[in-house]
Amino acid sequence: MDQFTVFVIIAGMMAVTYGPRLLPIAALSSRSLSPWLIKWLNLIPASVLAALLLPSLVLGEQGLNLHPDNVYLWAALPTFVVAKWGKSFVGAIVAGMAVVALTRYFL
Amino acid sequence: MNTQHIHTPNKTSRHNWILRALQQTLPVILGYMPVGFAYGVLAQKSGLSSANTMLMSLLVFAGSAQLIAVGLFAAGAGVASIILTTFVVNLRHLLMSAALAQYLRSWTRWQQAIFAFQLTDETFALHSNRFSRGETGKAETLAINMIAQISWLGGSFLGLCAGSLITDVKPIGLDYALPAMFMVLLVWQLTSGLRWFTAILAGLFSVGLALAGFSQMNVILATVLAASFGLGVETWINSRSS
Repeated sequence: MDQFTVFVIIAGMMAVTYGPRLLPIAALSSRSLSPWLIKWLNLIPASVLAALLLPSLVLGEQGLNLHPDNVYLWAALPTFVVAKWGKSFVGAIVAGMAVVALTRYFL
Repeated sequence: MNTQHIHTPNKTSRHNWILRALQQTLPVILGYMPVGFAYGVLAQKSGLSSANTMLMSLLVFAGSAQLIAVGLFAAGAGVASIILTTFVVNLRHLLMSAALAQYLRSWTRWQQAIFAFQLTDETFALHSNRFSRGETGKAETLAINMIAQISWLGGSFLGLCAGSLITDVKPIGLDYALPAMFMVLLVWQLTSGLRWFTAILAGLFSVGLALAGFSQMNVILATVLAASFGLGVETWINSRSS
């Protein structure tokens, strides 16, 4: 494949990526929304984040991995605790990364 | 810790938004650099020129879609199939954009257009939390997006330069930066029983759909299903109690 074709594909990728990113903001921000829709939209962040997070924790290359050797699952615990009660953004992330690194080092 | 700017208005507040943006974007930087690096390496191996490798990070700016596209390039996929796959993989941003729209009413068209261009899973995660706390400063918001994309471009560039020399990021747990960030931002969203319920449902749907083979559409499908379910449950409870 020549590099010009590659560039055309990249331009196409940009169009189909930017469209869904821009359209709702452009269309919804200027009109008043029904209370229903606002309630629904306010549930989206928690839903999206959970839908992104859980597969990254429990799905390995060979499918579902709930085995104790899954370090991502273990590290979720201190991350959760520090995020909920420590209220520290960087602290919670460092705690999770440290557990991942230490578990790999010692096991 | 951010109380001091109330007492020292001029000198510090002018620069505070940059510092706050940097501090909040730090986990994104830690996550984007190694993933961008991997993308740069793989793009080179798939036969993309250096210019096209960087252009994709500049114009598309979508981590998982770029990695998938590079794999398709390497497999010799056609023009239409690469673009269509990208569309499907990135369609989830539709929901994120819709959820943030209510906070961007006072922004001009241009500012909205610039903001939307850099709306990724990670910047959405940061902004959905900031906005709901009332932190909608334009400078800080756009700075977060810029810093995120610069680190993505930086990672891509380093991968491009390193070529086949892949360094392993696992020993320092860097691969956990983004899952950990999603975890923190999710925990901060869980302010009611309803949100807990919706989030657990979304997570389970997402895993289930991925296992069932919907690995490109699982996030958007799970989100729509769970949020609708959550709204339905809330309406049902309200109608019983009133």
